[in-house]
Amino acid sequence: MPGSAASVVAVLGGRPGRWLGPACRGAVLLLGMLGGGPVHAEARRPTNDAEVLEFLPNSGLERRELRAGREALRIHPERRELALALARRYIELGRADADPRYYGHAEAVLTPWLVPPSTDPEALVLRATVLQNRHDFSSALADLDAALRRNPRLGQAWLTRAAILEAQGDYPAALRACLALDRFATALASAVCVNSAMSLLGQARSAYERLGPLVAEAQGDPDELLWARLVLAELAERLGLWAEAESWYRAALASGRRNLYLLATYADFLLDRDRSSEVVALLENETRADPLLLRLALAEQRLRHPRHPRHAEHAAVLAARFAASRARGDTSHQGDESRYALRIAGDARHALELAQANWAAQREPRDARLLLEAARAAGRTDAARPVLEFIARTRLEDARLQALLVPPGGQRS
Amino acid sequence: MKIWLCLVVGLWSAGVLAHKPSDSYLTIEITPNGPTGRWDIALRDLDYALGLDADDDGAITWGELRRRESDVAAYALARLALRADDRDCPLEPMALLADEHSDGGYAVLPFAARCATPSASLAVNYRLFFDLDPQHRGLFKLVDGGGARAAVLSPAAARRDFGLAAAREEGSGLPDFIQEGVRHIWIGYDHILFLLSLLLPAVLERDRHGWKRAEHFRQALWDAVGVVTAFTLAHSITLGLAALHYVDLPSRWVESAIAASVIAAALNNLAPVLHRRRPLLAFGFGLVHGLGFASVLSDLALPASARLLGLVGFNLGVELGQLAIVGVFLPIAYLLSRHGLYQTAILRAGSLAILVLAANWLAERALNQPLLALFG
Repeated sequence: MPGSAASVVAVLGGRPGRWLGPACRGAVLLLGMLGGGPVHAEARRPTNDAEVLEFLPNSGLERRELRAGREALRIHPERRELALALARRYIELGRADADPRYYGHAEAVLTPWLVPPSTDPEALVLRATVLQNRHDFSSALADLDAALRRNPRLGQAWLTRAAILEAQGDYPAALRACLALDRFATALASAVCVNSAMSLLGQARSAYERLGPLVAEAQGDPDELLWARLVLAELAERLGLWAEAESWYRAALASGRRNLYLLATYADFLLDRDRSSEVVALLENETRADPLLLRLALAEQRLRHPRHPRHAEHAAVLAARFAASRARGDTSHQGDESRYALRIAGDARHALELAQANWAAQREPRDARLLLEAARAAGRTDAARPVLEFIARTRLEDARLQALLVPPGGQRS
Repeated sequence: MKIWLCLVVGLWSAGVLAHKPSDSYLTIEITPNGPTGRWDIALRDLDYALGLDADDDGAITWGELRRRESDVAAYALARLALRADDRDCPLEPMALLADEHSDGGYAVLPFAARCATPSASLAVNYRLFFDLDPQHRGLFKLVDGGGARAAVLSPAAARRDFGLAAAREEGSGLPDFIQEGVRHIWIGYDHILFLLSLLLPAVLERDRHGWKRAEHFRQALWDAVGVVTAFTLAHSITLGLAALHYVDLPSRWVESAIAASVIAAALNNLAPVLHRRRPLLAFGFGLVHGLGFASVLSDLALPASARLLGLVGFNLGVELGQLAIVGVFLPIAYLLSRHGLYQTAILRAGSLAILVLAANWLAERALNQPLLALFG
């Protein structure tokens, strides 16, 4: 009786605040949106002027800085450097908090500089970054190509190009982009780029041995160092060097820059090592970014400890956010959603569908692993074949994947 | 040239971290009095566009929002255009509200559209925030009669036309609900059997020696009128209460109780306890049948505006269907009752058959296990 389900939701939606925690509120509202019935969430007219309805995410300093940037651009819309600087700032903020709104603001600021006759190569590179963030890889590559046609000396464009090609699993092309980058970047950036690509082309061990000492001695830009250490940590993990991976992760965390990708990757490392309580400690307050919330919920689930009663709430929030992404036609979260479906919702078939769709878009070792795990859980060994062929072709080495390639036995996540 | 490396960190592996992007939730409902709408807009987005945080303390309070109420309404409604049947439909804001979604606080802007209820088409042109964030999306929902349609509005698809004719034909008017009510009583054998069980003895009278036939048709008619009126009164009450969500019982209980009511009515024919007071029986169990009707009505998932119309129409349909049954049944039963066989062949055998059937329903509904299957 689909209708009754809708009416139950409508009834629940009537006073969600009283019946359910704030976590479920979103889920109920969404069900109401997507189901047949109208939305009955009870909007109210507050009576107290002092009631806080929303907290803004940035500090006062950042807000004033951004306001000044927008104001300057409003007065001088013709000044390219104002637009580019503001877009860069938005992208930085978007990355720090994994907040897509900032990427959208960046795109809006860049818009006048993306159309002839004012097409600007640097603006194209920045938009490519925004597009990459949305996993719109082909549009991002098109922007980068257009930028490099106008100015082949844009190191940033080569680097971003390498990153996208690597994510797509086209390691030889990524390597070519890194070699082109060589002339326009610092020695460290160039070395990290080249060795990262080589490590995925069957030379993991030698790339690690070349890069390790270089990074250990490197000084300089904290962002560059964080990136280099992170690449090494992931490389050590692929080689099964757990202790070294851990020390690279810790070094990256110590660089004093907040980076959500680092937190997520390190949390995965800890989950693999069965150190869930450390994941909870690391991510306890990181509920705004979906990937971190997913890792937190996975850790809480593993602990099944009365001290973590928030697991159900976190799982419900995740379900609501994935549903919200689907409602707006966004597919960039499919990898995480597959993991959610497999580990938390316990729906191996759905997890497999998502992992397959994700594999069609991006082919990093983690994506390969998602597909292998979902295929095994769903009892569909045939579904894993594209990954096996990919590993055979690229000679990708990854200790975690090797464990999944042996016949079914142990449980991993 | 210094490479802007911080860009690369974090998207090197493109395991990019999603977060909730900017969405607004726009629902437009087409009511008999014209379209009305509700628009939930994130306070963060409004602050970015209009600067709501007057004291710049990083928190948006109700007071700050309330003082900018007319700005918010004017800003939003200037970026939404509705056309009903190809005529402009000016929008008029109502008092601003507040609500929360999974990603934070939202301003809720209810509005009325100053145009007649469209009959053929409704066009929406949405432009909110596209200039500030091309990734903003309007999650739009159109509620019309029995149905709801959804669309994602984006810069590339900011304008959408919705044809309304099809939805109208699907049924949202009074005649459709009446038809639905008639249909329900006709295909709902349990309601018919309950009524027939109560009406089987209407053409008879009972005294100390047992059954005898009624002297006049008028007697039978009055008896039937009493039973039907009591049944109607009772199920109208509970149908109304349940359809308006004052009462909500699990459908398994309701369906089981309906089956039990048929058993009770059939038993009362076999071993009469309440012959003269069958209207009481009809009333008591009628309350339960009304809850059953209501579950059908809620299956139609009516929008709030159509609920009262649906309730009245559906109930009217139920009464009409019921009267048709009584109108056909009663004269036939009266004619048959002129034969002495009526009491045994029809009243007893018929009630017994109904009893067995209803017992099977009860087992099915209460235990998920049909008795007949057990026998077989």
